[in-house]
Amino acid sequence: MFYSIDLTVAWALLLAFSVFVYVVLDGFDLGIGILYPFFREKSDRDIMMNSVAPVWDGNETWLVLGGGGLFAAFPLAYAVIMPAVYPAIIAMLLALIFRGVAFEYRWRASSRLSKRAWDAAFIGGSVTAALAQGIILGAFLQGIEVEGRAYAGGWWDWLTPFSILCGVSVVVGYAFLGACWLNMKLEGEIQHRVRVMARAFFVATIVGIVAVSLATPFLGAGYAARWFGWPQIALTAPVPILIGGIALLLLRSLFHPTRDRLPFILGLVLFALCFLGLGISIWPLAIPQEITIWEAAAPAKSQLFMFVGAIVLVPIILAYTGYAYWVFRGKLDPEKGYH
Amino acid sequence: MDTFLGFDAVTLARMQFGFTVAFHFIFPAVSIGLASFLAVLNALYLWTKNEAYLRLFKYWLKIFAITFAMGVVSGITMSYQFGTNWSVFSDIAGPVIGPLMAYEVLTAFFLEAGFLGIMIFGRDKVGPGLHMFACLMVAVGTAISATWILSVNSWMQTPQGFSIGENGQYLPEDWWAIIFNPSFPYRLAHTLTAAYLTTAFIVGGVGAWHLLRGQRENPGVRTMFSMAMWMAAIVAPLQIFLGDMHGINTLKHQPAKVMAMEGHFESHEHGAPLYLFGIPDQEAQELKYAIGIPKLSSLILEHDLNAPLAGLDTIPRDEQPPVAIVFWSFRVMVGLGFAMLGVGLFSLWARFRARLYDAKWLHRAALVMGPSGLVAVIAGWITTEVGRQPYVVYGALRTSEAHSPLGASAVGTSLIAFVVIYFVIFGAGVAYILKLMHHAPALGERGVRVEPGPIRTSGINPDRQMRESGRDIAPETS
Repeated sequence: MFYSIDLTVAWALLLAFSVFVYVVLDGFDLGIGILYPFFREKSDRDIMMNSVAPVWDGNETWLVLGGGGLFAAFPLAYAVIMPAVYPAIIAMLLALIFRGVAFEYRWRASSRLSKRAWDAAFIGGSVTAALAQGIILGAFLQGIEVEGRAYAGGWWDWLTPFSILCGVSVVVGYAFLGACWLNMKLEGEIQHRVRVMARAFFVATIVGIVAVSLATPFLGAGYAARWFGWPQIALTAPVPILIGGIALLLLRSLFHPTRDRLPFILGLVLFALCFLGLGISIWPLAIPQEITIWEAAAPAKSQLFMFVGAIVLVPIILAYTGYAYWVFRGKLDPEKGYH
Repeated sequence: MDTFLGFDAVTLARMQFGFTVAFHFIFPAVSIGLASFLAVLNALYLWTKNEAYLRLFKYWLKIFAITFAMGVVSGITMSYQFGTNWSVFSDIAGPVIGPLMAYEVLTAFFLEAGFLGIMIFGRDKVGPGLHMFACLMVAVGTAISATWILSVNSWMQTPQGFSIGENGQYLPEDWWAIIFNPSFPYRLAHTLTAAYLTTAFIVGGVGAWHLLRGQRENPGVRTMFSMAMWMAAIVAPLQIFLGDMHGINTLKHQPAKVMAMEGHFESHEHGAPLYLFGIPDQEAQELKYAIGIPKLSSLILEHDLNAPLAGLDTIPRDEQPPVAIVFWSFRVMVGLGFAMLGVGLFSLWARFRARLYDAKWLHRAALVMGPSGLVAVIAGWITTEVGRQPYVVYGALRTSEAHSPLGASAVGTSLIAFVVIYFVIFGAGVAYILKLMHHAPALGERGVRVEPGPIRTSGINPDRQMRESGRDIAPETS
């Protein structure tokens, strides 16, 4: 059917979009947890957490849409990927539980010790969730063994130096986004410290991007040909060049004394370009080297039924999510917080 | 066979799903009810400007925030449990149930999450009108969410509207038939009502606790207890009626489940007894030490004393659900339902005699029954899910053929991790909720982000604190 092909592509793009929205939104919000160890004062930690308290829950909903959408639109890919990265997924889910409840429990804990414990849960949960997400990405890129309609590898196949490299890169990348967010939301002395931290994590992020980009072509013949073969190179070459350009602009903005929003916005652009790079590596596969999106697609009837709703609902969701962000816009008053 | 601590991978996967979903279910059951309760409180406050409603709103909002967070994080787990432990089921049934779950995310989760921040933190930022709107959106979101997920669950109980493709996948044929499958309206009504009733008893239990502790003159305590007891008196009988309708629907579509619920191993030609007690022995296919009331089961299920009822002797052994679990969990649910009705009637009597706030035995009963809804909800859930066995999609896909190609040790290890972490995390959450409940709602009740305990010296200046409580006392000035 003609429209079934279009729908599959549309769904792949829509899912890629929701994963991207998840990465940038929960990216900065997990990043705040990753930055927590560098701020020991309780008042600093309070205001850092308050800067995302009204929105973290909505941010994580994009992860549910990513998982649920994959299940619905590409059930075969969902059924293969989940068992393949089983321990990493379970670790991510448990980590998200720890950090999610810390948002509420931290304010209810009455003793210094239990407050410290929930701070530790927030840090550990954020770091583990980010690490697991990077590892899942790495495991996905390096390929998953498939037989028939099921995962056929062992339950530790996902753990390789490459997947760990991806994991660490995501951790520092999220920390960078978190620092940029805080730079936008805070003021005074703490903002100054955050800005210094943003510079350090910016360097680490660039190192991570370069390392993952250099390692990817060596994973399999397919990747090298996609990036360096002629004539694709005419289309792929601008991506690293753009990343370089954005990186320079970012560096300048991080040293500018009054540009508070610009580093965060450029950080989002940087992530978007990396995401585009991943797209070039993967498209149009649902499982690298094994299953295309068309092979993994749900029947056209399933995709169409959802698509009608998604096309109406996603813009509405973006509108009210944007509204929620707008309500809580601007610098935080450290004396007040929200209550 | 590959086992872990004596269990095979399928059993472990079932234990893991059952454990994570039962734990998760507790929180939405409360937050569905609390979201509506909060919307009602806020509306009543805006309408009457009575301070007691604002006090209660802020009081329950703190409890709601914790419950909601626990529901969200345990819910993220659920959206991945299908793939991690039930990948074959996901692949086969995904085209049918996946879209319904995607609609749940799109229509409900985003709505709740998007407006939750404004509901909790935004009263001063957006003004009373938009804040009320946010409260309503959160309440509506929880109900929409329940609707979709119960449609999915009902479809697994009474599947229709699909065909089977060449690759073994289920292909949707008629979305209307899939969504509005035969058991869906009954299950939805029964479950949503259960959520409201559960919340009513929690609120009533907290109110009773403070009445017993000498807070009889606190208008917040009086209002919450009175509202909860109205709910108990009106909704408990309604729920028993809905449960009966749901049971009759189940008899029509899943007779083996009803046989297990009733403990009917043998068929009855001339009216079946209602067994109150007994020990099901599935090996021997009999109910030992049975105590029953003759013909009552036929009267309840068929509305005829002498109607014949078939028993499990008409069902092949390998298609019978585990009878003992279903039999007992059903009795726990029904027993609690009638106890709730008892409390509701007791409260009507006390109210009629103008002793609602003085009847100590009513308060004690309401306190003891505080968590009863949670137990009943889980018992009901176990009844319907275990009663569906040995199928995951009733009559179509067996549970034993639906799990992931994972070793027992992988599933077992992760199960242990879930159990340990859930008890630590959610145990702490329940402790914090109980701590919040232990304090009576006070004049100038604080918001969500103000910390408990006496350590409130830094960061808050007493002047502003005075102003804030002043605003609470005289709300018409705000």
